[in-house]
Amino acid sequence: MIRIDSVTKRYPDGTVAVDRLSLEIPDRSITVLVGPSGCGKTTTLRMINRMVEPSEGTILIDGVDSRQQPVNTLRRSMGYVIQNAGLFQHRTILDNIATVPRMLGWGKEKSRARARELMERVGLDGTLAKRYPYQLSGGQQQRVGVARALAADPPVLLMDEPFSAVDPVVRKGLQDELLRIQDELGKTIVFVTHDIDEAVKLGTTVAVLRTGGKLAQFAPPAELLSRPADDFVEDFLGADRGIRRLSFFPAAGLELLTTPVVAVDATAERIAEAGAADTPYLLVTDADGRPLGWSEPRDLTAGAITADRLLPYGRPFVAGTDSLRSALDCAVLSPTGWAVAVDASGRATGVVSQQVIAEAIRGAHARIGADAARDADTEPDDGKARKVAP
Amino acid sequence: MSELFDLPSDLQNSYLGLVGLHLREALIPVLVGLLVALPVAQLCVRVRWLYAPVLWVTTVLYAIPSLAFFVILIDYTGLSELTVMIPLAVYSLVVLVPAIVDGVRSVPQETLAAATAMGFGPVRRYVQVQLPIAAPAIIAGLRVASVSSVSLVSVGMLIGNEGALGNLLNSGLTYNQPRLIWLSVVGTAVLALLVDAALIGLRVLLTPWMPRATRRNKVRALTVKEAVR
Amino acid sequence: MNVLSFINSFFSDNAHWQGYDGIPTRVGEHIQYTLMALGIAAAVGLPVGLLTGHTGRGGNTLALIATSARALPSFGLMVLMFILLGLGMAPVMIPLVVLAIPPILVTTYEAMRSVDPAPVDAARGMGMAETAVLFRVELPVALPLILSGLRSAAIQIVSTATIAAYVSFGGLGRYIIDGLYQRDYEKVVGGATLVAAMALATLGLFWAVARITVSPGVRRQN
Repeated sequence: MIRIDSVTKRYPDGTVAVDRLSLEIPDRSITVLVGPSGCGKTTTLRMINRMVEPSEGTILIDGVDSRQQPVNTLRRSMGYVIQNAGLFQHRTILDNIATVPRMLGWGKEKSRARARELMERVGLDGTLAKRYPYQLSGGQQQRVGVARALAADPPVLLMDEPFSAVDPVVRKGLQDELLRIQDELGKTIVFVTHDIDEAVKLGTTVAVLRTGGKLAQFAPPAELLSRPADDFVEDFLGADRGIRRLSFFPAAGLELLTTPVVAVDATAERIAEAGAADTPYLLVTDADGRPLGWSEPRDLTAGAITADRLLPYGRPFVAGTDSLRSALDCAVLSPTGWAVAVDASGRATGVVSQQVIAEAIRGAHARIGADAARDADTEPDDGKARKVAP
Repeated sequence: MSELFDLPSDLQNSYLGLVGLHLREALIPVLVGLLVALPVAQLCVRVRWLYAPVLWVTTVLYAIPSLAFFVILIDYTGLSELTVMIPLAVYSLVVLVPAIVDGVRSVPQETLAAATAMGFGPVRRYVQVQLPIAAPAIIAGLRVASVSSVSLVSVGMLIGNEGALGNLLNSGLTYNQPRLIWLSVVGTAVLALLVDAALIGLRVLLTPWMPRATRRNKVRALTVKEAVR
Repeated sequence: MNVLSFINSFFSDNAHWQGYDGIPTRVGEHIQYTLMALGIAAAVGLPVGLLTGHTGRGGNTLALIATSARALPSFGLMVLMFILLGLGMAPVMIPLVVLAIPPILVTTYEAMRSVDPAPVDAARGMGMAETAVLFRVELPVALPLILSGLRSAAIQIVSTATIAAYVSFGGLGRYIIDGLYQRDYEKVVGGATLVAAMALATLGLFWAVARITVSPGVRRQN
């Protein structure tokens, strides 16, 4: 565990970048430092590997003061990823990744073998090994940066706005990749970003810092969205907080209706049975159960259903893994106001109305509210003004 | 005091006269070099593939030693000022072409696009946008060219006393008067520094929009095209 | 007679190929002066340029030194050193070294300063020692520009070393100065051709060195 204990960074000209900051960064999870520019998030990160020396306070790594060991030994035990990757342009991709193992005295062959292994891990094609950085795209370079940081298998990974310089599509790919790698490796990751969406997406816990280097809130993303500590955090979270929060509620609990789902080759009795259900539309699927589109029951004649006469069904959500946010989004996008649920293989498992989703949302909020009330009763008052989600 | 600057009569000139001569022999070639370099550089900017061969030719020209250049020209232009000035003009050209090309090329594409979008024709755009923005780079080139030109004029002494202040070197050795040699070396160095300072002043005047020169810019200006020489 | 026929008769004269005034001897002397001056200038300019560039301090002083050194006229300086120090290697070496230091110093400094700071930050963050950062991260990237500074210095030395003949030294300048006094233009042109050829050979040599020492990953960008 990395423990930042009332650390202050004051520069010779008197500016205070970080002000008596205390944070406990849990092992094997992603802790995101987020805030506007000038909030000291990068300074905080750089104090962990002593690229910046704290003016006051201590940083403990697994209970040991980080100043106890030689600075380069400390840094070699932590992976370091920066914006634009900072690759060595005069070295091949393979040698870039092998840098830290080589410094640690691994043999050349062993280092390179390890580097090849990592290229695969971060999703880089092996044919790129002998290329030079200029021959790679920005996204690929950033993957090399991550591989280089992971090369000596350090328990800690420090990432300073690593994905800020690539376009949104590539960034999403890199974020997903990072989450996948983290699932496999379980590193202790400290991640700096100015992008709150990135923080909410990646963070197990998120530390919001305010200008002047003070901690505004330190909480898991769902809590951040439901109970921002103050106006600053709420403002920083931006609009749509309520909608974005739904990402943390699973759609798995939604009650799906299966009666209004009919196959394209359904019999007249089956259509009649489905039509008797209290729904204005029926979902037609192909013979395999994949959704084709909506239709009013009276427009369906057994044996004569054609896909091109159906209303589009929009985008379905995956019942087991998606969130209430996805479910609501599907319902809103669907011309009938009903969302289509599918399983992992894309077969329709049922339909659900906006009203049912809305009830599920209310239910989820009520549970969170009850949890919060219980927390407030049992935990000693930490002095933070908490807002109860509407 | 006046004896300090007294010169032997065979030089047929006063110290100040020599200084004037030195300036003329050094700076006219730079001016000619600039006038030739501007269109050549513009051509290199327009026709991109031309730049590499032009760079090679200029590098080779720069490799010819000044003394040899002077001597070879004697056959054509005799023992005259022109014999000294032609090589100096060539050297200036060599320094200035890459300086101007890099200066003009360093003008951001967006700036050029904006100028075009506002309806600047190619000539107007060159004179009112590209040249002013390239001015610091061009003046940096002029500084290197002028200082080296001032220094090289002295060598002209070897070809029939056409070296202005450099002629004092010969007199100093002939009459065994170290004073004259000091006068030549210190005079030339001071002249070079003054010309350099004047060009810095010119840059400040021409580019009021530039942030005050930082340490970094000062050294960078001196690097100019050390690289391509 | 034109320049080409001068060149032709100079090089076809057997007398020019042997003895203490023969081409091999003179070329050897010229190379010796050049290597000495370049060696001294590099020994001073490279470490100072690398260090100031690495730390980013002393740029002002550096600019001042370079400007002053450039302002000193090589030829005058050599004559001055000759009367002050008498006949010897020093009066020839001093102006050549003064000539060569500014390009080496300034380009080395600028080359180090223009290295992308991101990889340097990454290297430090990975725990690379400071000397390793200088020599394994910054230097390989700065190398093309540093070599161009050395090349520029070398060519200026080759071309200026001719003046050594004026103070009774050897080298290729001998042909030019002697030819000038003897009104033997064949000799002058021959000497000039040899100097120009040597300058071109220097260009070629530096090109080859750059090919060998500069990483393909860096070369592309220059």
